[in-house]
Amino acid sequence: MFILKILIRNAFRHKLRTLLTILGITVAILAFGLLRTFINAWYGGVEASSASRLVTRSSISLIFHLPLSYKDKIRQVDGVKVVSWGNWFGGVYIDEKNFFANFAVDAKSYLQLYPEYLLSPEETNAFLRDRKGFVAGRKLAKRFGWKIGDTVTLRGTIYPGNWDFVLRGIYRGRDETIDETQFFFHWDYLNETMKKRASARADQAGWYMVGVTRPDRATEVALAIDQTFKNSLAETLTETEKAFQLSFISMSETIIMAIELVSFVVIIIIIAVVANTMSMTYRERIGEYAIFKTLGYRGWRIAGMIVGESMVITLIGSFLGIVLTFPVARIVGKMLSNYFPVFNVAEEAIYMDLAASIIIGLIAAIVPTYRSVRIRIADGLRRIG
Amino acid sequence: MTPIVEIIDVSKSYRRGNRTIPVLVDINLNIGEGEFLALMGPSGSGKSTLLNLIAALDQVDSGAIRVGGIDITALSENELAEWRAVNVGFIFQFYNLIPVLTAFENVELPLLLTGLSRKERNEHVEIALRIVNLEERMDHYPAQLSGGEQQRVAIARAIVTDPAILVADEPTGDLDKVAAREILELMDRLNRESNKTIIMVTHDPRAAEKARVIRRLEKGFLNDVHSQDPH
Repeated sequence: MFILKILIRNAFRHKLRTLLTILGITVAILAFGLLRTFINAWYGGVEASSASRLVTRSSISLIFHLPLSYKDKIRQVDGVKVVSWGNWFGGVYIDEKNFFANFAVDAKSYLQLYPEYLLSPEETNAFLRDRKGFVAGRKLAKRFGWKIGDTVTLRGTIYPGNWDFVLRGIYRGRDETIDETQFFFHWDYLNETMKKRASARADQAGWYMVGVTRPDRATEVALAIDQTFKNSLAETLTETEKAFQLSFISMSETIIMAIELVSFVVIIIIIAVVANTMSMTYRERIGEYAIFKTLGYRGWRIAGMIVGESMVITLIGSFLGIVLTFPVARIVGKMLSNYFPVFNVAEEAIYMDLAASIIIGLIAAIVPTYRSVRIRIADGLRRIG
Repeated sequence: MTPIVEIIDVSKSYRRGNRTIPVLVDINLNIGEGEFLALMGPSGSGKSTLLNLIAALDQVDSGAIRVGGIDITALSENELAEWRAVNVGFIFQFYNLIPVLTAFENVELPLLLTGLSRKERNEHVEIALRIVNLEERMDHYPAQLSGGEQQRVAIARAIVTDPAILVADEPTGDLDKVAAREILELMDRLNRESNKTIIMVTHDPRAAEKARVIRRLEKGFLNDVHSQDPH
């Protein structure tokens, strides 16, 4: 207790300097936590993906569609339980700045494949009955103030014209990793309209979503599906939902790497700041460390005082930074909800914050500790007076 | 008088660049138990260096120093730390108190290295502060005390572990006349009543008057022995 008392009193001996250092650590840990949250948000879709779902798409590129007839052939592959399909609609609500993901899906099979989207039985039935119906995520509906029964018009960009939809259900995510900003409607509505407007684009699926009987058979089933369409006009590439999501992320890998790099640079900068504070402290207290040695205190006790003081300062700043990360992430998440539907501070980010704090505290104390342990008592005492 | 400190052929020099500057040359000195010795001499004569060597704050180049029969020049850093904590009390010119600790806590510092319980430590600290007549100011920080009071706290810290030897480096050098006299009287009392061996470095003849033996250092050499009846 006595030593803890000395650590705390020493830490606040120069209040302004300590407070500024704590402020710097708080901001650094906050920035580090937010950057880690950005990275987690980027991988949000991957985390939410299921091991028992596969995605089948054109082997050339996602922009090339697959014939609707593939659904029956995929169903016949051993190990396949459910097949659903969908198209990226790319509709704009009023203005392009109101971006959100919107898809045409085969409603019944889609809801069967994605039980993590929680809808009441009444909403499910209402959606399945209404060909113009759509379902929106809770956050999306809240963002635009939509209520059940509201008609929402999207301006088609890939599929031209204005498309009217009626809100029949608002889903909630099963847990916080589920994106609650999606908009999906009946694929039949899109297909029938396209048959009238541009028949060549009808009966085409952007991708197939395949539910397998057992997750451990996913690879085997994926190979079997691709084998089925080998040497056809539209060869397929089937991969797990996780791999499919990761393929999107790999497109922005450089950005993620840059963010990771910046997050570590922030830590390096703050190590330098805290190390500077500790060095100043050491210079001012050489005489005191010599006195402690004179009284019989050994090097490890003095090292403990310096490392302890560094840890006290760092942990106070880190605690404040971690506490502030949650409200700030909420604000940032709201601001960036168009791009990051799930922006939650992950447990892992907090652990990394704590690890960073300990590393900062320890590294910053290395040089002062080494010097104070090595200093000769007579030299230290000479600095007093 | 049985010698408690035996200094045998001790030499010490410092390096300044490529030059070696001798500070102490073949010093031989015995200090008896319960003695009050003043080391005098001009600045740079080596008196503080000799004090540091006796108190194991510095290491000899050659020779040996035996304190209470133990050759302290043969001890390791850790053994010396332990030895200092038990055997020597230190009084410095600038008091050298820890500013973030109260008078009580400063005096308690050396006791934290012992196995004493909190209650026992408190008792020891209170006794030490009573001896220096500072019980009333035990909760004050050094900055709230006068120079003389700070030096009394330093003396309490020096005696709280009941060491056999007290070393004092210019203990009155930063004090006014009145405070200096009080400190010297206190040291005299510790010597007479508690039989503490006191080795004091000073260049103040009035301070040296309190000592029973005065030794002078000149350019690293120990000169005459001068015994006196302290005033």
